[in-house]
Amino acid sequence: MSDAKNEATQPSPSPKKQVKWADPPQIGFMEALYLPAIAQGIATTVKHMVSGKSTTRQYPEVKPTIPANYRGVHRLNRDDKGRVKCVACFLCQTACPADCIKIEATATDKNDPEWKDRDKYPATFVIDELRCIYCGMCEEACPVDAIELTSIYDLTGLSREEMLFDKEKLLSVYDETLQAGHDPVRTRRGELGPASESASGAIPTKSKPEQTKGEARHG
Amino acid sequence: MTWNWQTIWPLLVAIGIVLAVVPILGLYLTFIERKVAAWIQDRVGPNRVGPWGLLQAVADGIKIFLKEQVIPDHVFKTVYFFAPTIGLICAMLSLAVIPFGPANANPTEGFRAIIAPGVDIGILFVMGISSLSAYGIILGGWASNNKYSLYGAVRSCAQFVSYEIPLGLSLLGVIMITGSLNIEKIVAAQGDGIANWNLWWQPLAAIMFFTAALAETNRLPFDLPECEQELVGGFHTEYSGIKFVLFFLAEYTHVVAVCFLTALLFLGGWHFPGLTGAVDSSIGTYLLRWLVLLAKVGFVFAVIVQLRWTLPRFRFDQLMGLAWCGLIPLGLANFLGVVVVLSLGLPAWTLAPYSIGLLFFSAAINARQVTRRAKELAARSVVQSSVVAGVKRSGNVQAAS
Repeated sequence: MSDAKNEATQPSPSPKKQVKWADPPQIGFMEALYLPAIAQGIATTVKHMVSGKSTTRQYPEVKPTIPANYRGVHRLNRDDKGRVKCVACFLCQTACPADCIKIEATATDKNDPEWKDRDKYPATFVIDELRCIYCGMCEEACPVDAIELTSIYDLTGLSREEMLFDKEKLLSVYDETLQAGHDPVRTRRGELGPASESASGAIPTKSKPEQTKGEARHG
Repeated sequence: MTWNWQTIWPLLVAIGIVLAVVPILGLYLTFIERKVAAWIQDRVGPNRVGPWGLLQAVADGIKIFLKEQVIPDHVFKTVYFFAPTIGLICAMLSLAVIPFGPANANPTEGFRAIIAPGVDIGILFVMGISSLSAYGIILGGWASNNKYSLYGAVRSCAQFVSYEIPLGLSLLGVIMITGSLNIEKIVAAQGDGIANWNLWWQPLAAIMFFTAALAETNRLPFDLPECEQELVGGFHTEYSGIKFVLFFLAEYTHVVAVCFLTALLFLGGWHFPGLTGAVDSSIGTYLLRWLVLLAKVGFVFAVIVQLRWTLPRFRFDQLMGLAWCGLIPLGLANFLGVVVVLSLGLPAWTLAPYSIGLLFFSAAINARQVTRRAKELAARSVVQSSVVAGVKRSGNVQAAS
């Protein structure tokens, strides 16, 4: 019964098509001499040898241009007052599939005029760069565009502890990449999340990333 | 020949040159090979150590001498230790009778750039000793007590046995034309202008010698004993550090010997248009001749390296087929031609058209055979497919019922 069903659903192709016969090639006189073919091959290799072309990039001296959407080492952005922009909402920690982000939140001192616009900020913010799979989901989850992936790809360290990036380290990555002119591509290009608006109402840094990028490159 | 200081000092100098130059040459030939490989593959090659990477060879040498020597527990220690040295000693010994510079056919005059001048069995000695170096590979593979190494050793064994024959047959013609086994005499016989080079009289033998010699040195496209992809390095899988280097050096010494032999036996040695006749005492022409010889050797080495990156590795049955069905019959026919020409007193130039005709004839036979085989296989595939169709139909009938 089942066989008949199979027959009905899959009509067997003709046996000629089922078995693919590869006929051995028939060679002519020149091929049977072998020497012309070898000479041809040598001509090809010699042509490549004397062409002087090279696809090698002298890596440490000549760095590759990394595409703008590359997902490298994280950075924690600063707001216009130089504070950490993160509001300690834990969305990135929740979104992280590798469970590599550890945040401890603290309430801000309401009496301090510097902090009166914020309720919380991260007391500690640690990313395990070895655990991270660089998927960029923290970047997408962040409502204030505080965490971003930069184009730094050559991250090395001698110990596991060294690769646990704390808040200061992540902020310093922000400072470095800002000077280097590599601006990560935002989740929402050119506009920041609603919570990231500063007290003055102006959008903090680089409201038009394309422009700043261009300036940085030219400068 | 009396033994006194006058006869011994050239000997010591020659031995010193060979012993000092060959290992360094081995390292630098590796470097040259890597560079050429890089250029062929549109890369840059080693360029970090020293200017243009020239010190890479030195760095490699130091690195490999300081490397840890891993000796597996399962090896047969005595043979394991001796195998690489056997290989290197045999390869070095074959250089004893090969002139590495201009040398007189007359062994009593002046400095000769050869360790053992005037050996009357020169070529025979080279052939015998260099084929002994197969023992290095075979014993190394066997003592490693590892199936891949043993496969490499067995392959090497079969390859050496097969390719010794065409190697000897290809040289027979040259030896008979010259009437001597002495390498200096064979070179001297090619001294009267470019037309006297054995390459023109024995083109087929030259190609055969080169092919068989490549197989003897285990170079690509005949490097089946070491065959990285199939045998994980073959006979030297279990070797590391300096013992591996000895194998390596043996291979390169062999390559150097083959380059010199090809240049000396077929390309006229140190003779060149304008530099004909016997070696004279003038130091200028002496050095010029040396340069000519080294240029020819370099040319042969360049061809060997170029071939390495041009031709893919042979399959083993193809390798055996080339020796037994291709080179050996051709070598015998070529030998027969030389015998006929010499015994009938025909002019020697008749050998050139004979060689080329022989090559074309064999190619025609080869093409015919391959085509016939292809047709046979095609016919069989038609028969088989009809059989398959019959089986399928009866199967369908059963399923339906």
